[in-house]
Amino acid sequence: MFGLGKKDVTLFLIVAVMALFAPFILNPFPTDSGLAQFNAGYPDLMQRFVIFGILAIGFNILFGLTGYLSFGHAAFLGVGSYAAVWMFKLLSMNVLPAIVLSMVVSGLFAVVIGYVSLRRSGIYFSILTLAFAQMSYNLAYSVLTPVTNGETGLQITLDDPRVLGQSATADGGIPVTNLFGLEMRSFETLDIGPWAFQFSVGYYVAAVIMLISFYLAIRIFRSPFGMTLRAIRSNQNRLYYTGLNARPYTLAAFVISGMYAGLAGGLLACMDPLAGAERMQWTASGEVVLMTILGGAGTLIGPVLGAGFIKYFENIFSKINDQVVHGWVSFLPDGLEDFVVALIHPFVGKGWHLTLGLMFMLIVIFLPGGLVEGGQRIARRLRRRPAEEPAKSASTEPAE
Amino acid sequence: MSKTTLSRRGLLRTGAVAGAGVALPTIFTASSARAFTNEPTGGSVTLGFNVPQTGPYADEGADELRAYELAVEHLNGGGDGGMLSTFSSKALDGTGIMGKKVEYVTGDTQTKSDAARASAKSMIEKDGAIMITGGSSSGVAVAVQGLCQEAGVIFMAGLTHSNDTTGKDKKANGFRHFFNAYMSGAALAPVLAKAYGGDRKAYHLTADYTWGWTQEESIKAATEALGWETIETVKTPLAQTDFSSYIAPVLNSGADVLVLNHYGGNMVNSLTNAVQFGLREKQVNGKNFEIVVPLFSRLMARGAGENIKGILGSTNWHWSLQDDGSKAFVKSFGTKYGFPPSQAAHTCYVQTLLYADAVQRAGSFDPCAVAEALEGFEFDGLGNGPTLYRAEDHQCFKDVLVVRGKENPTSEFDLLEVVEITPRGQVEYAPDHPMFAGGALGSCNPGA
Repeated sequence: MFGLGKKDVTLFLIVAVMALFAPFILNPFPTDSGLAQFNAGYPDLMQRFVIFGILAIGFNILFGLTGYLSFGHAAFLGVGSYAAVWMFKLLSMNVLPAIVLSMVVSGLFAVVIGYVSLRRSGIYFSILTLAFAQMSYNLAYSVLTPVTNGETGLQITLDDPRVLGQSATADGGIPVTNLFGLEMRSFETLDIGPWAFQFSVGYYVAAVIMLISFYLAIRIFRSPFGMTLRAIRSNQNRLYYTGLNARPYTLAAFVISGMYAGLAGGLLACMDPLAGAERMQWTASGEVVLMTILGGAGTLIGPVLGAGFIKYFENIFSKINDQVVHGWVSFLPDGLEDFVVALIHPFVGKGWHLTLGLMFMLIVIFLPGGLVEGGQRIARRLRRRPAEEPAKSASTEPAE
Repeated sequence: MSKTTLSRRGLLRTGAVAGAGVALPTIFTASSARAFTNEPTGGSVTLGFNVPQTGPYADEGADELRAYELAVEHLNGGGDGGMLSTFSSKALDGTGIMGKKVEYVTGDTQTKSDAARASAKSMIEKDGAIMITGGSSSGVAVAVQGLCQEAGVIFMAGLTHSNDTTGKDKKANGFRHFFNAYMSGAALAPVLAKAYGGDRKAYHLTADYTWGWTQEESIKAATEALGWETIETVKTPLAQTDFSSYIAPVLNSGADVLVLNHYGGNMVNSLTNAVQFGLREKQVNGKNFEIVVPLFSRLMARGAGENIKGILGSTNWHWSLQDDGSKAFVKSFGTKYGFPPSQAAHTCYVQTLLYADAVQRAGSFDPCAVAEALEGFEFDGLGNGPTLYRAEDHQCFKDVLVVRGKENPTSEFDLLEVVEITPRGQVEYAPDHPMFAGGALGSCNPGA
């Protein structure tokens, strides 16, 4: 189906079903229960899951296939966001032109940065991209303030022209991002018993775009072009000896991956029309790398899982404060309760970085192939009972 | 290897699936009929405390959070009631807000606008917060204020000093109690004139971002009105930690005053460098060389240690103030946590009380009703003397403190002494002042 192999169709359908039913899957706990703290099925976080999923899918096209580790992908994310917000300011609040422009601008940006950075490989390439991204960040933070609004971040205001739309709504508010009238922020709540499921327009728009991106990524992975990229990763010299110039291929991969990042940035701005310089900071670039490695570099679904994992920690664990922990263990006697809270305290709330760091270490040490390898091991263990142990192949290792 | 040819049927099928996917969201567009976002229905109401818990302003964030917890305790009738007893409005009675118990959720802004907005959004969408407050940086405050405007909840700004928060980026749903850069300039200038004379040459080092610029602009305007001359203004990158290369040129510039438009760690480092270069022992143009730090906080003073002694600056509030409100607040904060509150804690505590009071007076949680109750609200007893929440830009007008680093501190908290309490009349400005021009409040948004 759709030019995909059987396995890929299954994979794609699994992702599609997960994306469409995310509001149910991510909201397993009733709204009033103590565990509702762990529900992730609210529009903003779901949007972040799929948008950062897109970013990670794109990053994986570069890193997973060619092995070029870019430490500056946040720059494209930021450029995409700025382009989208400018489109909202100047043209209209429709998200389509914004998304298109964000991809075009980040693509052009990627051509420039890629052309220079790809002259080197390995660590030098990483450092070059990192330098470009930090440069972009500093430019956006102060030098280019007229364009980026500096530290405050670019926001839409009441006096923007918006030539194809309206500057302000009839009741004096700032118009809302929409897709032909369909407001991104509107949502519908479905109450089933104690559960409340939120279906947000913005989420479904982002999810459909994520599915399209995912589909394209599968096609790229399975195409001759993808095979060439794997060859570059495997042995670039050998490729040169066969008379193939690798540079155009790596540049193409870099630009595609930059455009994915720009798309993600544009979508972020569509869901929440603001573009801040922090989006370009090196920590943001590092986060993409973490997502990809955590999920499983070189696999199709890994980066999406990794993105979800990190965003979940950032948004859910950081909100657990002492008060909440006290609520959980209130059944214990007083002294013990305080002790348990003190024990949990460093790992939740402001300590979410610590928890995430520990998880990352555990995964890298015990599951070098990321979450995908974890899933495969579990699947293998379940399947192994009848059959004999399959040959141990690093199936997450792309084409080595 | 996969097939790459696309058959006619395949294309049709793809088209149909894609079409269905695009059409899917339309079934969810019917909007709900609620009057405003997150109307509290049960016996409790949720407030969102969005403060930096990690990153450069984590210290301030932690203190803000303590203040919020204290405010919630007092609103629910716990503790000694703090400033509730000194507050001029008596609408609050310690039974929560409008009889509903106050609950809260916390989040980490990481001092990044993006993360701050994500955290505020999750409070609004997931936890049903009716009001968001916090922030320890103007960029974050402006970003979250914009979000609250869009989402239709009230934003009570925490520590944000840039003119833009209630200037070009002001919003109908956003309110600021903290003072701003213009007020710092207006309050500092007369004290500077008295201490250092009217014939000085100033050299500015400014953090290169929005807050730094508005601060520099304000101080420059205020000091030039005194007759001071501005020799040069130099922008320093925010991430700079060693300012030696910026301090060295000051020595030969002919300037006799150095103004450090820096905050937090930046200020601690630049001041330390300046002192190491011996600027304070220097004589220029026959006068003692002086350093001025327009925005002071106790947490910064602690970081700068010895170097802060004798340096003039301005601050929103200080725990050594002797009015009833301040004394009551310092007492209940000190009893609970064992040390005096910072100015960030004070403004956050006050903002929570002001919000609760406004709801109580308005008789509704509707953001528009609350905004109306806050606009033009005159109050007293919250530590800064008689205060006005101006309707035109949602900025509080109150006395501003000019402080000096104490020569002989008696404890690790006793680092600043109040030199002068600049009366409110002296720091007021017209809503259309050029430093604040360019924005519009717009109309209040109840959301939903």
